[in-house]
Amino acid sequence: MKTENKAFAHSTLLLWLIVGWAGFCLVPWYGIEDGFFGFEWLSDGYPFDPDYAPALFLILQGKKIWLASVVPFMILPVIALFRIKSDPVFGKVLVVCGALGFGILLGQGFIIGLKGWQFGWLEQLFGPLGDRQFGMGYGALFMASAFLFIFTQGIAARGAVNGDVFVVSSIGFVVTIVAIFVFFPIISMLLSAFIGEDKAYSISVFIDKITDNRLWSLSCITGGQKCGAAWNSFALAVLVGITTTVLGLAFALVVTRTGFRYKKLLRAMSVLPIITPPFVIGLAIILLFGLSGSFTVFFSDLFGFQPTRWVYGLPGILIAQILAFTPIAFLVMIGVVEGVSPSMEEASQTLRANKWETFVNVSLPLMRPGIANAFLLGFIESMADFGNPLVLGGNFDVLSTEIFYAIVGAQYDQARAASIALVLLFFTLAAFYAQRFWLGKKSYTTMTGKGDSGVYSQLPSRVSKPVFLIVAAWTAFTLLIYAMIFYGSFVELWGVNNTLTFKHYITAFSARIGEHGIHWTGSAWDSFWTTLKIAGISAPLTAAVGLVTAYLLTRQNFAGKNAFEFGTMLSFAIPGTVIGVSYILAFNVPPLELTGTGIILVISFVFRNMPVGVRAGIASMTQLDKSLDESSLTLGANSWQTFINVILPLLKPAILAALVYSFVRAMTAISAVIFLVSAEYNMATSYIIGRVENNDYGLAIAYSTSLIAVMLTVVALMQLIVGKTKIGRRSGQSGAKP
Amino acid sequence: MNTFGKITLGFALALSATSASVSIASAAKLTLYCSAQEDWCQLMARGFEEASGIKVNLTRKSSGETFAQIKAEEANPKGDVWWGGTGDPHLQAAEEGLSEPYVSPMRAKLNGWAVSQAKSADDKTIGIYSGALGYGYNADLLNAAGLPVPACWKDLLKPEYKGHVQMANPNSSGTAYTTLATIVQLFGEDEGFEFMKKLHVNINQYTKSGSAPIKAAGRGENTIGIVFMHDAVKQAVSGFPIKVVAPCEGTGYEIGSMSLIKGGRNPESAKKFYDWALSADVQSRSLEVKAFQVMSNMNAKSSPSAPDLSTIKLIDYDFKKYGSSAERKRLLKKWDDEVSVLPQ
Repeated sequence: MKTENKAFAHSTLLLWLIVGWAGFCLVPWYGIEDGFFGFEWLSDGYPFDPDYAPALFLILQGKKIWLASVVPFMILPVIALFRIKSDPVFGKVLVVCGALGFGILLGQGFIIGLKGWQFGWLEQLFGPLGDRQFGMGYGALFMASAFLFIFTQGIAARGAVNGDVFVVSSIGFVVTIVAIFVFFPIISMLLSAFIGEDKAYSISVFIDKITDNRLWSLSCITGGQKCGAAWNSFALAVLVGITTTVLGLAFALVVTRTGFRYKKLLRAMSVLPIITPPFVIGLAIILLFGLSGSFTVFFSDLFGFQPTRWVYGLPGILIAQILAFTPIAFLVMIGVVEGVSPSMEEASQTLRANKWETFVNVSLPLMRPGIANAFLLGFIESMADFGNPLVLGGNFDVLSTEIFYAIVGAQYDQARAASIALVLLFFTLAAFYAQRFWLGKKSYTTMTGKGDSGVYSQLPSRVSKPVFLIVAAWTAFTLLIYAMIFYGSFVELWGVNNTLTFKHYITAFSARIGEHGIHWTGSAWDSFWTTLKIAGISAPLTAAVGLVTAYLLTRQNFAGKNAFEFGTMLSFAIPGTVIGVSYILAFNVPPLELTGTGIILVISFVFRNMPVGVRAGIASMTQLDKSLDESSLTLGANSWQTFINVILPLLKPAILAALVYSFVRAMTAISAVIFLVSAEYNMATSYIIGRVENNDYGLAIAYSTSLIAVMLTVVALMQLIVGKTKIGRRSGQSGAKP
Repeated sequence: MNTFGKITLGFALALSATSASVSIASAAKLTLYCSAQEDWCQLMARGFEEASGIKVNLTRKSSGETFAQIKAEEANPKGDVWWGGTGDPHLQAAEEGLSEPYVSPMRAKLNGWAVSQAKSADDKTIGIYSGALGYGYNADLLNAAGLPVPACWKDLLKPEYKGHVQMANPNSSGTAYTTLATIVQLFGEDEGFEFMKKLHVNINQYTKSGSAPIKAAGRGENTIGIVFMHDAVKQAVSGFPIKVVAPCEGTGYEIGSMSLIKGGRNPESAKKFYDWALSADVQSRSLEVKAFQVMSNMNAKSSPSAPDLSTIKLIDYDFKKYGSSAERKRLLKKWDDEVSVLPQ
């Protein structure tokens, strides 16, 4: 890196200068109402029409003069082009221009909005502005990116992170997007937690709301009354976290360390619940265990007791969440269990430890990061889950639904919603720190660059027997649920009229061939195509951002790393309902006007699911010895080449996990989506919830079944494309894995 | 250009590619926020497209959610018309200046209650349908559990119905708020809240959506659901074993409303839709989707299965007072503090 030649560094700088100037002179500065991809403006008055004009043309026409304030910071970096990189002036000029340019660009957007000055004191100071501006568009985006990367090149030139441009730029990029799409909406949301009835900020309002008895009441222990939503959520999340971790570990062990014959089936099956739209498991549980559910009726007839609504509340949510989140634990655990080098276990056995001692003293401790991660994910997922409590909650209030009610209700109490979100955040952050504390500072590195061989040792029988039992029970239950779902999509009216029919599929997915090609006449096509498109775009973005972040966290040292990690994890700890509303609040008005577009859906998915990519990446990367990077760097590769050619190929399981997870989450998410869908961009889950509300279970289940089929296909394709990692030398023995 | 530069540029481009090209150059458009049932919303949207050639973007959400959305988008409205949903949030929107006054030429052909709804909100909203509150029960479950047949509001307080009654949460549902306001107007505030407290003991769940209790009853997941009668009728007509009850003490009603969103981007299309939606032909089509409300146009057809408002004892519902946000907040807070926290 230090041998990087001058021309190379300067060509990057030149590129970003060109991008910046193009943003200023060539493309429309403001957002275009037809959407980012509508190109009518090219033939519609461009470049002089004020709606489509680039900033330069606006200023020349005497409009939006304030945009000229960024120009000096685009001109000055030209000086740097004529300096060598080690010249202090090079770094200084770039840092100053990048930072000021970026700051002014954003600042003018926040200061001048739809109604002129955004702040009363500015109006008093300067008088009414007499002009206004809309949301930023291509031009602003180009220029902001240019300023950002000019800034990071300056920082790198001044010696940060050994002057590594790739690392510094990556950090700058991740920090910027996380700040804009995670912190900015949350801050605007949290500010509203302090706003009282009179629209003034007040701390007492905040304290009142955060200590609300409805959240913290413990009367269900002392008396017979309901407990607060905070305790309910906490108890539920702990139960779900523990159970899913145990199940996930059991699955991972069975798949890697036993001679079990149907591993393929297990792997495929464990993916099933995760590719299921959230309401479907809840619906199936109601149809089986509800007051008139098949099971309930059967057993109440058999034993002659009065059916009850026991499934509504904690039991129902617990069952549904365990079904839904075990696969997440499995996806985390499998990477870790596979990553524990067999040579360590062989060493232990060579030293005369028996299988049980090896398992307890060597294998299990090495799986600790995975166990902690799986628990953390289960805990947070359960806390943030919205769909299952909504369908099955009964009167068991949890925080995520309380937030939703505080927002959608006629009370429309954003302040209350924000304060409940804070409580939720407190729990999830506590879980996060507990996990860090437990993991401590031990080294879990077992995959080294020094070559590794061996086969995974088999489980000791006192572990394998209970593990088999658990896996078998879970498998049977899951199969039953899915059989019911599949069957349910073919019956006329569940429980009332059990005639078999294709009518739900026809209503949803009919198509006929007309003179202009295929007519998609089914009612579900619109939301189906949108969902597919949005999920397909957000999955690779999520994986990319997540893995780059994981790489920075595990492999690089830089100031503020802890804050950086906190920031990238934060979006996972914030429930979707809050993200949804905070996005509406933050991105409905200039300078960043995104509501009603597909972009806002993609962005919400990327940042909501990014932590899983990060976690999966970290879990795998902590097991790759640093000597691998070092040897690559010693051989003259730069950090970008090392990342692409050495780290990434070893991370295939993590990449797959991130891709699969983010695609599937994008297709099945509901909590944030319900606020962000628009007429033009309606998502499948939001369509299905409408059908469920309408008692149209047949159509809802038929649609969900089709979604499951689509996701299965896509997941299988991704497996095929990304492929299976080969990190052991004896590849022959892993034949049972897909 | 180094590889990293390519990647970041690629990211930006990919991000921009997402807002794909569903734009119709210069053709007239309309964004419709609909708070009625999905198939009715679809019928209105597609029907208007056929009748006018204007492309309709439809978003269906409950009236509470739609109100929240319109309020959140206040500075930069995305919607043009808000059609359907109980009248209170519409009145609230009018009161908070989120909707636009408009006097439709169709007004002369409307029922008195629809016009008075408009007048009480300075022409910022108008009645499109009305329906009376009541409850329905699942006859099969009632028989199986050996319970008596209820006929009045006060019957629901009987201890034998414990765990059998369901209503929506007044915080999230206009229907349930109408129930609360009706009980308060019917029995007076103190006695009304006593009623709600006793009812609370029998409630098995407060649902999110207003019509969910009767749908649960239809599927056999609940015995009695407090809902608008037309929702109960719909379940009965769909083949579920539901019986509809008009409570003997009298009952309140809602006026499903329509508002023009202030600052909408397509005001001309919005007004066209507004007039079109008030015509008799369009309102008669509500029967196609089993919407059994009484429509506001005097010439609109009604179904024989629909509850006849003239035979039901209706209270003199004070929309102005109970639709105002101050009164609403007060009642909801009181309900939250005094009723919802009680043991069951």
